[in-house]
Amino acid sequence: MSAPTGGSAAAHSFLSRFEGLKSRLPGAAAPREAAAASFAAAGLPGRGLEAWKYTSLQPMADASFHEPFSLLAPCEELLALVPPPALALDAPRLVFRDGRLRADLSNPPDFFSSFSTAPELDADPRPLVALNTMLAEDGAVLDLPAGVDGGTLLLIHLASDLHGQPTAAHPRHIIRLGTGARLDLVEICVGTGCYLHNPVFRISLAANAALSHVRLQDESTAGFHLASIDVSAGAGALYDGFTFNAGSRLGRAETIATLAGPGARIHLDAAQLLRGRQHGDITTIIRHAAPHGASRQGVRHVLDGHARGVFAGRIEVARGAQKTDGYQMNQALLLSPDAEIDCKPELEIFADDVKCSHGATVGELDADQLFYLRARGVPAATARLMLIRAFLDDAIEGLEDPAVRATLAHVVDQRWSEPAL
Amino acid sequence: MSTLRIEGLHARIGDTEILHGIDLVVPAGEVHAIMGPNGSGKSTLSYVLSGRDGYEVTAGRALLGEQDLLAMEPEARAAAGLFLAFQYPVELPGVGNANFLRTALNAVRRARGEEELDAVRFLKLARAAMKSLAMADDMLKRQVNVGFSGGEKKRNEVLQMAILQPSLAILDETDSGLDIDALKIVADGVNALRGPQFSALVITHYQRLLDYIVPDRVHVLANGRIIRSGGPELAAELEAHGYAQIVAEAA
Ligand SMILES: Nc1ncnc2c1ncn2[C@@H]1O[C@H](COP(=O)(O)OP(=O)(O)O)[C@@H](O)[C@H]1O
Ligand SMILES: [Mg+2]
Repeated sequence: MSAPTGGSAAAHSFLSRFEGLKSRLPGAAAPREAAAASFAAAGLPGRGLEAWKYTSLQPMADASFHEPFSLLAPCEELLALVPPPALALDAPRLVFRDGRLRADLSNPPDFFSSFSTAPELDADPRPLVALNTMLAEDGAVLDLPAGVDGGTLLLIHLASDLHGQPTAAHPRHIIRLGTGARLDLVEICVGTGCYLHNPVFRISLAANAALSHVRLQDESTAGFHLASIDVSAGAGALYDGFTFNAGSRLGRAETIATLAGPGARIHLDAAQLLRGRQHGDITTIIRHAAPHGASRQGVRHVLDGHARGVFAGRIEVARGAQKTDGYQMNQALLLSPDAEIDCKPELEIFADDVKCSHGATVGELDADQLFYLRARGVPAATARLMLIRAFLDDAIEGLEDPAVRATLAHVVDQRWSEPAL
Repeated sequence: MSTLRIEGLHARIGDTEILHGIDLVVPAGEVHAIMGPNGSGKSTLSYVLSGRDGYEVTAGRALLGEQDLLAMEPEARAAAGLFLAFQYPVELPGVGNANFLRTALNAVRRARGEEELDAVRFLKLARAAMKSLAMADDMLKRQVNVGFSGGEKKRNEVLQMAILQPSLAILDETDSGLDIDALKIVADGVNALRGPQFSALVITHYQRLLDYIVPDRVHVLANGRIIRSGGPELAAELEAHGYAQIVAEAA
């Protein structure tokens, strides 16, 4: 019997990796086999799927992804890619290399355990989650008991190709906050060369818990970043998510956030700075399943060269979710005539007493503002950067931790000063 | 030395010629006023000299000292010593005034081969300049011109001028919208720079400003041409008789 191919060279390489690896993967075999069967049947998600209308995985379909060599590989060069203000954070840190924990580089907090010691795998038919379920070897499991303030935690993911060959990492992160628990998670993804980073997050917040989750996706511009994030917020809980995309050739973060208890709050703010031929997709579904919930989404894109930004944001309000307050705003700055933004807001409202608004703007850098700066002696390139930063700062300034704001500002300057692909 | 020399300058916006041949010399150390009715081309002249997009120079030239202004990028003109106080200062949401001023100053200093100022030295300089312009310290923390009153915007222009120390300043109706106290402060700001290394082109509608910044020469611009030039008394004549008579005489 021949192994199923899943259609593309990439899918085939994942399935053969599973065949070779499965006897050594931690945990029960059944959910992995089920995920493999589902992934083999579906293959990589194609544009026929509504959720993938604006993002094609064709650029990675022909690549064969290899097993990374990550447990002993030197990491100094990759760690040097992490913005200095983040490394200076006085916080415990988890460093993953190619999807596996590097204990030698980490100082975990006591609420951490490794996914590999007791894998919890649920059935989720979405192709990228199934791919992760099939191959996840490790990840951060963060269990905060009721009332505990976990402070700040740095979650760093390092990745690289292997002697020019693409590699793939599928970490599985599980975060559970007990009643009233708090955590500020700062996640940073960097790397070099071509690889796939396909993380899955399972996040559940009990009543009145609060998680701040800042994601800095600063992957290699030859790499692929495909994140699937599921959030469930209980009564009065807050998920305060902020994603910043500056890296990867093709990046996508799909977040499905459910306001499961009354008075839950979800923030899914995001910003991206894309240049050259980068493609960045922010896809979100916010499900208001309980009354008195509030969700907020401010998304800002700065798109240069031939870059393409996608924002697909869907807000669903269930019949019983009265007094829901939903706000969504998508703003794009196009720096070149070849840059492109696709925006798809969707509201699906089954309750009658709700307040939901959404809006979108698309513009260019303001010629009068540029001239004003240049007339004061500021060189054109610096003037453009100042205006771009001002546009992004509007999104960034809501972040509480100054070190986190400095981290993002550092990345903006860094990315803007290097030549685009 | 930084004499401004404008010769036979014709400029158009799209298909419409606005400046029909301007000849003007402002020697170093002198302050000249340009007066004229609305729509005569005063702002157009200031924008052409400072390098704003959208204007096509079809004939003539403009030199600052030996430098061919019209061939330079706007930022190079600023570095060469040109400063335009805008008739309508531009708001820069998200850009802090202190960051803006320091970036501008250091860009200009770098281009002039001078060393850059660190934050401490810059703040000292900025605070001193603000004090002499009777500006509140919190102005530095605000976003550039955002939520500023008309008078605050104009004062912010003069602050930028005081900090950048140009050799040629063009003030485009910096007096409009100012009450008499603010007008005096602005005039003091300009007069403080006066000296052999500084010249100015003061564009104004009213004689009032010229009571405080006494010009060496006054020029009347109408329909894209300088139709009369004279001493400070010309401003008083215009104030008394209006532009209609002079424009009619010139036609
Ligand atoms: N962007 C523009 N497009 C077309 N015409 C313009 C533009 N700006 C100014 N003008 C015209 O140029 C002439 C001179 O304008 P301006 O230089 O602003 O005059 P002033 O500053 O003396 O009031 C006016 O007739 C005005 O209508
Ligand atoms: Mg004008």
